[in-house]
Amino acid sequence: MNSETKPIAKTPSQEMRSQLLKSKTFLLGNLGVAFWAICAIAPGLIVNRDPAEQNLIKKWTHPFTDGFVLGTDRSGRDVLSRAIYGAREIMFIAPAATILGVVVGVMLGLVMGYLGRVVDDILSRIIEALISLPVILVALLALTVLDAGRATIIGVIGFLFAPLIARTVRAAVLAERNLDYVRCAELSGENSLYVMFVEILPNIFGPIIVEFTVRLGYAVFTMAGLSFIGFGTQPGSPDWGRTIFDERTSLLSNVWWPSIIPAIALASLVVSINLIADAIQGVVDK
Amino acid sequence: MFVVASVLPGSVGRAILGPFALQESVDQINKELGVNGSLYSQYFRWISHAIRGDFGDSYKFQGPVTDYLASAFWSSTKLAVLTLIIVVPIGILGGAIAALRKDQASDRIITVTGLSLAVTPEFAIGIVLILFFAVKLRWVPAGGSADGSIIDQFKVLILPAVTLSATLFGYIARMTRAGTIEALASDYTRTAELKGLSRSRVLGVHVLRNALLPTIAVLASQMSYLLGGLLVTETMFNYKGLGLLIANAANDRDIPMLMAAVFVVGTFAMIMTLIADVITAWLNPRIRFGSHV
Repeated sequence: MNSETKPIAKTPSQEMRSQLLKSKTFLLGNLGVAFWAICAIAPGLIVNRDPAEQNLIKKWTHPFTDGFVLGTDRSGRDVLSRAIYGAREIMFIAPAATILGVVVGVMLGLVMGYLGRVVDDILSRIIEALISLPVILVALLALTVLDAGRATIIGVIGFLFAPLIARTVRAAVLAERNLDYVRCAELSGENSLYVMFVEILPNIFGPIIVEFTVRLGYAVFTMAGLSFIGFGTQPGSPDWGRTIFDERTSLLSNVWWPSIIPAIALASLVVSINLIADAIQGVVDK
Repeated sequence: MFVVASVLPGSVGRAILGPFALQESVDQINKELGVNGSLYSQYFRWISHAIRGDFGDSYKFQGPVTDYLASAFWSSTKLAVLTLIIVVPIGILGGAIAALRKDQASDRIITVTGLSLAVTPEFAIGIVLILFFAVKLRWVPAGGSADGSIIDQFKVLILPAVTLSATLFGYIARMTRAGTIEALASDYTRTAELKGLSRSRVLGVHVLRNALLPTIAVLASQMSYLLGGLLVTETMFNYKGLGLLIANAANDRDIPMLMAAVFVVGTFAMIMTLIADVITAWLNPRIRFGSHV
């Protein structure tokens, strides 16, 4: 945005954007997420060793020896390569699950907030019941019974997040629905769907974006937890959660790198997402 | 709970025998286990036994589920109680400090650290704690079960409890912070200050008491996170509570054990939510049951 040639007042969304770009936490968070996104899309650009290549003679090589920058694990696999490739699964599943949850949640929330009355009451009760159970527990149950493929995990996490998102969207819709522009659209004879999606939706975009980033963090959190317990990723996969579970006993032999490195990778991703969420929330709330 | 339980029975026989088993064998094992018939009749049969404390036999251990459940429940209770003893005072203190220094560096540090810890998976925090306190410093064991003297039990429990506390700290601090900021800006705080009450009395009696209201509500809703956190934390520390029981039962496809444990945790979560609602209503006369805002 060129503020010198255009000294006139900015629109609210432009104002938000320029505030965000000034925020250090927002930039730092984006840097972190962008790094892991690149690792997920093109890990070969960053490391050239195969994360699955075993070499039992070189088991537990210390970092910075024999060309293994971060050492090797119990099977002699390169820890650095595995940490980079470990982003793949989670960087695909978590965003996909979050998008699904947001789409379903926004639709539910719009319907509940706008139509109100009976629909709202029934859906609210169902949502309260779902929310009171731990997400990871319900996800685990579903994965035990259903086939534990990628599509199931995305569906389960998305479905479990939808009620939480719906609740936020509903509250935002309630604040909008009695404003003049909504009344105006109604009086000019627009149908409910049009009012919900064309009139109200663009105006509650702020809270939805906040909800999306916050939920993305939780999707990574949930997915990592499931993978750690042994669900959602294949044995031997370089996924961080699974690797930490597999390598945690190495710690007792004072071999820290195979488990601590993926823990740091995972923490850096969730913290980055969180910094973005925090910055956006700060701007939207103003 | 009904939704969860009705999803569960699925095809139990198929889950045990694997995808390549003959359909007849699957049908037979389903019949033996009493999971044939309509979903509704299965559910009714299961729930009517469950209420009487009879969850059937574990597939894996070939013994009554209830025996394993009781000791695991007790272990998890010890862990949860120690966690709350650690995190509640620290969370409230952190939130109050952040509120009093609103928008200063210490506020930002407490808020951002708290939120970051809240979204970092428990095992990522736990493994770092194990590295430092169990492997390097050798102060406490890296995991195991809590039995023996109080001191031995405490040594086993402290790392998992700190791990869970780290996750919960952010929520409690954030709610206390929001409540305190609101209370500080309120008329009754100004009145108390104008009456010439000392700062500590204003904070202690007028601000904190009102600020804790949302905190109590959030604490109970966080019980579900705490219960979910047990799953991962107990697996990390190999601590034989409900969380580890559930994780193992899920991996072993031990359906009766899994259903029973989830039933216990689910019931517990709902009771906590109910208690939270009652406490909130009792503390705050503005909230009345059945009134729509």
